[in-house]
Amino acid sequence: MKAKHQRLVLVIIALLAIVGAGLLAAWSLRNQANYFYLPEQMASDPPEIGQAVRLGGMVQAGSIKTMPDGVTVNFMVTGNTADAIPVRYSGILPDLFVENSGVVAEGSLGPDGVFIATNLLAKHDENYVPKELEGMGTDQAAKMAAETTVGLK
Amino acid sequence: MIAEIGLAALWLAAALAVLQMVSGAFALRAAEGEVNPLAIYARPAAVVQAVLAVLAFIMLLWAFAITDLSIKLVASNSHSMKPMLFKLTGTWGNHEGSMLLWVGVLALSGGLLAGFEKRLPARTMGATLAVQGFVALGFYAFLLLSSNPFERLPVPAAEGTGLNPLLQDIGLAIHPPTLYAGYVGLSVAFSLAMGALLTNQVNPSFARVLRPWVLGAWVLLTFGITAGSYWAYYELGWGGWWFWDPVENASLMPWLAATALMHSVSVLAARDALRTWTIMLGVLAFSMSMLGTFLVRSGVLTSVHAFAVDPERGAFILGLLLLYIGGAFTIFALRAGAVSEGKRFAVTSREGALVFNNVMLSAILAIVLLGTLYPLLTEAFDVRVSVGPPYFNPAGAIFAVPMFLVMAVGPLLRWKEDKPKRLQFELMLIAALVIGTIALVSFFGQFPLLPLLGLGLAAALAVAAFLPLKGRKLSRVPVATWGMVLAHFGVAVSLFGMACEGAFSQERLAAVAPGGTEQVGDFSFTLESVTPVAGPNWTAIEARLAISKDGGEPVILAPQARNFWSPPMATSESALLTRWDGQLYAVVGNQAEDGRWQIRVWWKPFVTFIWYGGLLIALGGILAIAGRVKVDVKRRVASAKGAERRADIEALGAAAPVPAE
Repeated sequence: MKAKHQRLVLVIIALLAIVGAGLLAAWSLRNQANYFYLPEQMASDPPEIGQAVRLGGMVQAGSIKTMPDGVTVNFMVTGNTADAIPVRYSGILPDLFVENSGVVAEGSLGPDGVFIATNLLAKHDENYVPKELEGMGTDQAAKMAAETTVGLK
Repeated sequence: MIAEIGLAALWLAAALAVLQMVSGAFALRAAEGEVNPLAIYARPAAVVQAVLAVLAFIMLLWAFAITDLSIKLVASNSHSMKPMLFKLTGTWGNHEGSMLLWVGVLALSGGLLAGFEKRLPARTMGATLAVQGFVALGFYAFLLLSSNPFERLPVPAAEGTGLNPLLQDIGLAIHPPTLYAGYVGLSVAFSLAMGALLTNQVNPSFARVLRPWVLGAWVLLTFGITAGSYWAYYELGWGGWWFWDPVENASLMPWLAATALMHSVSVLAARDALRTWTIMLGVLAFSMSMLGTFLVRSGVLTSVHAFAVDPERGAFILGLLLLYIGGAFTIFALRAGAVSEGKRFAVTSREGALVFNNVMLSAILAIVLLGTLYPLLTEAFDVRVSVGPPYFNPAGAIFAVPMFLVMAVGPLLRWKEDKPKRLQFELMLIAALVIGTIALVSFFGQFPLLPLLGLGLAAALAVAAFLPLKGRKLSRVPVATWGMVLAHFGVAVSLFGMACEGAFSQERLAAVAPGGTEQVGDFSFTLESVTPVAGPNWTAIEARLAISKDGGEPVILAPQARNFWSPPMATSESALLTRWDGQLYAVVGNQAEDGRWQIRVWWKPFVTFIWYGGLLIALGGILAIAGRVKVDVKRRVASAKGAERRADIEALGAAAPVPAE
């Protein structure tokens, strides 16, 4: 093999690997990226059962119920419409998780229509706000989210 | 006065950066072996600039130490009642201060390069300093025009607002400065690479100049990432050690590029191969550093870390980023063809293995980069997504697994060309360890695939790391080789920790009444009491957990839920019980309506090995630097002695014969 050829072969192999990585990334990103849903979107066009998504909205007043085990809570998340999605979460609640406040739940939809949250992001303090609820009061959060999530598939 | 001295020092440093850039560029106009009269200012300019930039940083440090509330930055980020250590670390716990630290380290490393590096040809050095000055100038402009740390308040504040409590931790003293020093150390690698490319000096002696900078930056990055990971682990109270958070990725990407660069530079120094590839990695590594700075500092990310949100600054850094990266890759594209081909090698050779792993590292880098940027891209089309472990873990593993396998074999291969047959025993051993470990672990239960693969690879790597020492006299093995052995062993240790954490972690979440007992793994924990406690700037409720293993002597753990009052914020302070074979991690949560307390306890076997491994890797890098320096000093001493002896002989020969007594 001539000297020039070796460089060429190396460049081609490297390019193939990087392009391969890029294609792999693009393919798995389409499958694994965590889409953001509003309650009304989840009600009208629910994601597949078990697919990791995020649900953002407001915690409905009077809906937070703690189960007898003391660590599981059930609550409803509402958006701009009457649709409300039941959410179940087991774990330590964020400090500012209260009724009538914005929340983003990470998790997936269960077969019974209850959204099983694995993580809750609530307004933490003025320095750390879930991006979807940034700079928002309570009611605005869902509206803002609605404006910025058009085109959800 | 303090602020004015600091600001003046910064402006002067910026002016010197211009001088350094122009004077350095004149060196390019000199003919080979000559010195352009205008090129002599570049080195002193870089050294004085370093002194001034460091002075500016010390001034800000001083202002924070005495809590000078007439300075806006101090007033909005510090508090007179804060402990001294956190007053000082608060200097770089904010946007302006951390950018000043960035620039200070940038100028300091430029000054060190200008002051101590005498091996490079004058033209290459001039071009390098010109590039370094150009990079520094952009960041001075950023600091002075859009984020002046020394801005005064019209009326001094009565009291400061305080520092984000998450950042009031010893972690802040260690983590950002080391990471920044690592990021910025790569700027020297970038400038050197551009200098060598512009003057066509891409050769082994250039690689020997480049190597300590790459190694040094890489050691600091390794250490910074390790410290940051442990900090996030115990401070955030989520029990995880890596979240694929965009800001974590921002530090991982330069590390991946620097790891590839470090190996490729070694090939260039030892074998004069991979010339253009090394230059490209040099450009890539610093591009990743700047991209990291952009991601963290522009506020485009949702992250615990990205607390500076300002689109104007983001646009400024994005502009700098495009200018530098675009410019560098343009020069690279124009000049790369002029770099002549290095020495050739066969596929089965140490170079071949290194190239393979370089490509794998770049592929992992591409995976992480795309995963980090994807949410930003989709947001432009109004689709909000987040990307997490379900993407990064499997996609990264596809390239990491072959990389680890080749990493086990690579150091055993000979340079230039080797026959796989020679390594039959070693190859069989490595294969047997991987398969044997996976089979053995699977025998005891069902575990996820990735941790299982990790365990097998860790076992093989741990043994393979020491195979290069086989048949050698240990006392005669060079220090740098010990560095490699240690670093590779560190990778195995770290991988073992990650795999164990992934496969064998146990978790218990329960509401416990005082006096109640729960079980996690082999441990039982009893909630003895929950009491209010107070610190210098917080109040908390503290749970006392008595933990005992298999009914043995109990140990007390006291996790807290803290409330800081300036600024008001709640944090969860985890409590850790560290044993040699793992850690017990306890967090206390809210009180349920019936008076029970939420307690969450994890048993994480061998999780500490993750960070021990990281430290071993960094230590390996330090040994490699020490070894190279030792060889270099030896060579210098020998050549000085030789010159002395020749001078002596000449003097003797020239002198008139001295008559004997």
